[in-house]
Amino acid sequence: MTATLSRPGRAAPPAVRRAPSGGRTPAARRRYALTVLAFLLPSAVPLAMFVLGPMVAAAWISLTDWNLLAPANWVGFDNYAKLLTDPKTGDVFLHTLAYIAGYLPLVYLGGLAIALGLNTALRGRTLLRGVYFLPVVTSWIVVALVWRWLLNPANGVVNTVLAWFGIDGPGWWTDPAWAMPSIILASAWKDLGFVMVILLAGLQAIDPALLEAARVDGAGWWRRLVSIIMPLLSPATFFVIVISLINGFQVFDQVYAMTGGGPGGATQVVVQQIYDLTFRYGRAGEASALSWMLFVVILAVTVVQIRGQRKWVNYG
Amino acid sequence: MAETLAIRTARPRPVPWRSILLHLVIALGAVAMFFPFYWTLVTSLNADSRLDSAPTLWPADPSLEAYATLFTRLPFARVIGNSLLLAVVTTLVQLFTSATAAYAFSRLPFRGRTVVFGIYLATMMVPLQVLVVPLFAELKAFGLVDTYLGALLPTFASAFGIFLLRQAMNQVPTELDEAAALDGAGHFRIFWTVMLPNIRPALATLAVFAFMGSWNSFLWPLVVLRSPEVQTLPVALAGLQGQFTTQWDVVMAGSIVSILPMLAIYLFAQKYVIQGVANTGLK
Repeated sequence: MTATLSRPGRAAPPAVRRAPSGGRTPAARRRYALTVLAFLLPSAVPLAMFVLGPMVAAAWISLTDWNLLAPANWVGFDNYAKLLTDPKTGDVFLHTLAYIAGYLPLVYLGGLAIALGLNTALRGRTLLRGVYFLPVVTSWIVVALVWRWLLNPANGVVNTVLAWFGIDGPGWWTDPAWAMPSIILASAWKDLGFVMVILLAGLQAIDPALLEAARVDGAGWWRRLVSIIMPLLSPATFFVIVISLINGFQVFDQVYAMTGGGPGGATQVVVQQIYDLTFRYGRAGEASALSWMLFVVILAVTVVQIRGQRKWVNYG
Repeated sequence: MAETLAIRTARPRPVPWRSILLHLVIALGAVAMFFPFYWTLVTSLNADSRLDSAPTLWPADPSLEAYATLFTRLPFARVIGNSLLLAVVTTLVQLFTSATAAYAFSRLPFRGRTVVFGIYLATMMVPLQVLVVPLFAELKAFGLVDTYLGALLPTFASAFGIFLLRQAMNQVPTELDEAAALDGAGHFRIFWTVMLPNIRPALATLAVFAFMGSWNSFLWPLVVLRSPEVQTLPVALAGLQGQFTTQWDVVMAGSIVSILPMLAIYLFAQKYVIQGVANTGLK
């Protein structure tokens, strides 16, 4: 993934042919081929068996009526046709998009604000950066459980604090209208540090002389942010958006643990639906078809972004 | 122009308000970020964390009852052991498979190498969800459902790890391996005695990420490890919710137990973790 994003034209250092690489005689060449194989097989075998193989298998299963138990029957594109006409499919994609629409701006702008703050001569910067990053190393399940507890409608700490200010807190994950915002809030909290670190690395790569020159020319803080920092930060921004969209379409752990897709299906996202179809209803064929649809969507979104990056991403 | 002048004349003695405000906002943000952890700890020490009790900033009567419940009423020690075992094995195997593959992609030219590397990288884009159904079927056919090996096998190779280590190896000067080759070292010896010692920071980064990924992974263990004796921490934690609907102290105690090892590793290897994330964004 990352390699496809790298700046064009910056080639890897040339690999130099050294003494034991190949050689002239057939025996030496065979020995070299065996060496290459010995280095590649430990990774190639698991990747082929547990990634590439299952991927092809998923395509095949999606064309059958397999239910995990009985032998599968070929049904052609029936599963896809069924999914495309089922309003439920539109719903699960809409819920996933709603998640992304709330999560991405929150996590990006929040991460940017913190990165900008931490990029100044700030005392205790390392400690602060560590605190902001801490949720990143915490598991999604713990994050989901902790936020379920924080956002508890009855006596959760968030609603208690809101009550101090005379605000009657919502039902959060028990309320169909507030369940998705609850998940978004927890997810943004978890990923903020990740986005912050990537943007901070981008900020630190900006030549301070440029900003100084702009300041001497009378550019204010906002002006410098918009005209210098943001364009120079665009590769990091691009990376964050690509990764966040890929992960956003695959949102599952926190949904499973916070709401299980509820209440009343209000947070039923695509992967939750794939999981339910497979392990609750045993409709593996349909689940595979849906997962391939999701993969194609993710691939299309990513390709469109990589194609479009030239319009706004500035590799300097 | 007048504005420029004003800014310049103000510069020699800047009022530190802006800096003070910035410190304040960033620190408040950090407190807000940290609060959920603090709250988790407080709840876990508060034996009566029921939905009907109002939250207090400090437990009135701190006790370790919730932790005792965790370890006596559940096979929680077993669950921790399971998670540890899977994380350690995954980390070791991924270090091995990533390092060897990275060496081939960095130092062993062969026909079609670019294509093969491209296929490796493409596997990073495949969402696990696409693979879950056939993977489950495959491991069921092997008789590996509900076994550690079944949980482990799909984690054995990591395209991310290979990419990370290849980047690091490309930065090791080829003169080093050439010198070793002149001394008669073959590729296996160069790999072991020249390459690996020179990419230690990248290996440390990968180790932390591999451990973290395994320790926190949820979907695959949830699917493949069905019986309680082989379950991992995140899956057991998610299950706690149903068992102890209102016993938040127990759920939060479990969360604390799950966070602690990651916290220790994170404090120990903070530099590598943050550098690793920063690098993946830049390269």
